[in-house]
Amino acid sequence: MLRFLLTRISLIIPTFIGVTLLSFSLIRLVPGDPIELLAGERGLDPARHAALRAQLGLDQPLLQQYWLYIQQVLQGDLGVSIVTKTPVMDEFLTLFPATIELSLFAIALAVLIGLPVGMLAAVKRGSLFDYSSMGLSLVGYSMPIFWWALLLILFFSVNLGWTPVSGRISVLYYIEPVTGFLLIDSLLSDESGAFRSALSHLILPAIALGTIPLAVIARMTRSSMLEVLQADYIRTARAKGLASWRVIIIHALRNALIPVVTVIGLQVGVLFAGAILTETIFAWPGIGKWLIESVQRRDYPVLQGGVLLIASMVMLINLGVDLLYGLINPRISR
Amino acid sequence: MRKNFTTSIFLGAVLLTAGAAQAKTLVYCSEASPEGFNPSLYTSGTTFDASSRAMFDSLVGFERGTTQVVPGLAESWEISGDGKTYTFHLRKGVKFHRTKNFTPSRDFNANDVLYSFNRQWMADHPDHKLSGGSYEYFNGMDMPKLLKDIRKVDDYTVVFELNQPEAPFIANMAMDFASILSAEYAKKMRKAGTPEKIDLSPVGTGPFQLVHYQKDAVIRYKANPDYWAGKAAIDKLIFSITPDASVRYAKLKAGECHIMPYPNPADIAQMKKDPAIKMMDQEGLNVGYLAWNTQKKPLTDVRVRKALNMAINKAAIIDAIYLGAGVAAKNPIPPTMWSYNDAIKDDPYDPAASRALLAEAGYPNGFEMDLWAMPVQRPYNPNARRMAEMMQADLAKVGVKAKIVTYEWGEYLKRTKNGEHMSTLLGWTGDNGDPDNFLYVLLSCAASTGANRARWCYEPFDDLLKKAKLTTDIGERTKLYKQAQVIFKQQAPWFTIAHSKVFMPMSKRVVNYKIDPFGGHVFYGVDLK
Repeated sequence: MLRFLLTRISLIIPTFIGVTLLSFSLIRLVPGDPIELLAGERGLDPARHAALRAQLGLDQPLLQQYWLYIQQVLQGDLGVSIVTKTPVMDEFLTLFPATIELSLFAIALAVLIGLPVGMLAAVKRGSLFDYSSMGLSLVGYSMPIFWWALLLILFFSVNLGWTPVSGRISVLYYIEPVTGFLLIDSLLSDESGAFRSALSHLILPAIALGTIPLAVIARMTRSSMLEVLQADYIRTARAKGLASWRVIIIHALRNALIPVVTVIGLQVGVLFAGAILTETIFAWPGIGKWLIESVQRRDYPVLQGGVLLIASMVMLINLGVDLLYGLINPRISR
Repeated sequence: MRKNFTTSIFLGAVLLTAGAAQAKTLVYCSEASPEGFNPSLYTSGTTFDASSRAMFDSLVGFERGTTQVVPGLAESWEISGDGKTYTFHLRKGVKFHRTKNFTPSRDFNANDVLYSFNRQWMADHPDHKLSGGSYEYFNGMDMPKLLKDIRKVDDYTVVFELNQPEAPFIANMAMDFASILSAEYAKKMRKAGTPEKIDLSPVGTGPFQLVHYQKDAVIRYKANPDYWAGKAAIDKLIFSITPDASVRYAKLKAGECHIMPYPNPADIAQMKKDPAIKMMDQEGLNVGYLAWNTQKKPLTDVRVRKALNMAINKAAIIDAIYLGAGVAAKNPIPPTMWSYNDAIKDDPYDPAASRALLAEAGYPNGFEMDLWAMPVQRPYNPNARRMAEMMQADLAKVGVKAKIVTYEWGEYLKRTKNGEHMSTLLGWTGDNGDPDNFLYVLLSCAASTGANRARWCYEPFDDLLKKAKLTTDIGERTKLYKQAQVIFKQQAPWFTIAHSKVFMPMSKRVVNYKIDPFGGHVFYGVDLK
């Protein structure tokens, strides 16, 4: 187990270096000049432009810039945003809990619905339920998030008026951030109704973001379950006369879960990518919107720092998934 | 579950209405987060909406909804005969905001004016480098070149000495970068070791004061009870930050906000039909143009430029691109601006005459050129790419083959500034309502290697602009600018396209909103019924 852990961790180091290199060079390969963008149509005179470039350190050779950047990163300093002039880490820490809250909700929704649906579809293979749920999941999987999100808003918020259109909580409530997780903070505050408001704001974005993972999980569970249900040991278990629910839950599900857990782990990347769109549409104050804006404004430090932090997060979660995997199936960790 | 959410929304709606009975709260669905709260550090309209236009005052201001300069923190001012000395007499009894961090011990006075300008001007000022320390508007308006000295005569008199006469100076003083900060607060924060708070938790004299800001979510203000011009009609002002225009529209419909900026052009017709929505519109202080690079052959020849101006069908562009939300432009300044020369006749759309003129200039078979189209939507041009295609088709009819070129926005600005183009689409939104802010910035010889994308330096025209800077007599200046517009039309450095309209959809409950000609959003004076 220890060796398994060490191999996994040692793989993280080159990946980390790769990510810093990619996030550093990609944004610089794309044409664009953050200083010109700040100045707009008015423009700057060349001397002022040069002075600002020097101030931001953009006048140095690329390799040297990268070296400086790596040194900073190793000291835990991700730099200062070109646009807002605040430290990248501070901005990340204020915005990230919102993304986590949304992502956790979305993935919980996906797992809680996707797993049972996939399981049931496998057990009742060929039934109406199987066909309709798999058909729906295909639709869900193919739905562009921004379009789906707008449909949800139009239907539930504008036509039915059940849910709020966007934001994280009604603007009438002011919740002092304690944990940064609004559901918890709103419970801690004395404002009555704040929790409900926060929860109702979370529903639509979580559905929009959770739809694709839900579809993937449901389909994966179904196919994995089908495979397992045909295995010899299941037949043996059934032949022994065990109750059929016991066969399905205890014997089949645990083995069927192995590929499903991998898929759930892989969905983390998908979730963060989807969060960028979802957050922009629902005006959800998380890192997605922050990154989109930093691309538009060529805010190098924010983009580098943000990508690096998210990539680290994805790596850590995948490491966690690998370990979990080992727990479910001890053969793998040997 | 469903019932719970229904109730919560219902509860929200009830609170929104019940809240209005006790404290009037105006919710504005703004388009983005501000870059920060010190207006002198930034350049975007979004930032000014959230900072200077809500929380700060300048020595002079613009009358709401107009470009008229009116007294602000200065009650009156005098300009010396040579136009180089401006004496401001400051208003007495103006209170700064009282916040968590700061309780002002004195009223606004000359020290605050000195602090606000010296911080931007003097590289050795203790707060100059604070928060990144780049003051692009101050520099962009040429203040370092212009200012000779700023002097405090007594607590309520400040003198600005200029190096040369500059008629637009008083209008500059009404701009956002000239907002007045509290010197006492700055001193206190520096002493406490938290100088950055000056910019993060701002203290101004304006009609609203900041209560709380959460990036990308919400900005909360409350009315300043001691505002010198009288407390605002609303008690609380909330910016609910909503970047997507369709979502802003949905929020307006669902009653989650009262007023929103920048509707999708495609939604406007539907909004106008909606009985719950009141739609205001006004011509913006802007111009969209196609600049001919007058330093590149054959566009060096005025006949060629004139010919091309006659080849493009302006009316068709305004119908198809602005969807009716634009007015054809014939001058480089918008019709709402003083000194607009309405006597000028626009070049007619006349392909036959265009071909004849091209032949006369030695291009009977036309020529090849490039046409740059910017990659982004701007207030003065909703769809440059599509516009370029229409122009390309029109130009082809007179034998001119135009190749459309585009780059990422920052790159586009840089390359057109360097004069890499033969013709480029661009535009401008005014800063201070002075014609100088259009003509000098965009068409003077001094700008011909910068913002003057036509790279057009024509002395008779330039002389008029320079003369107009030297006198503060509006009648005299109007004459000069009118003349300048005549020369502009004769020399045709641009194909002037349109002045676009600004639309503001709002709830029927909003009263007394006025559209700001500068494209800003001002909520002092607005009420809810």
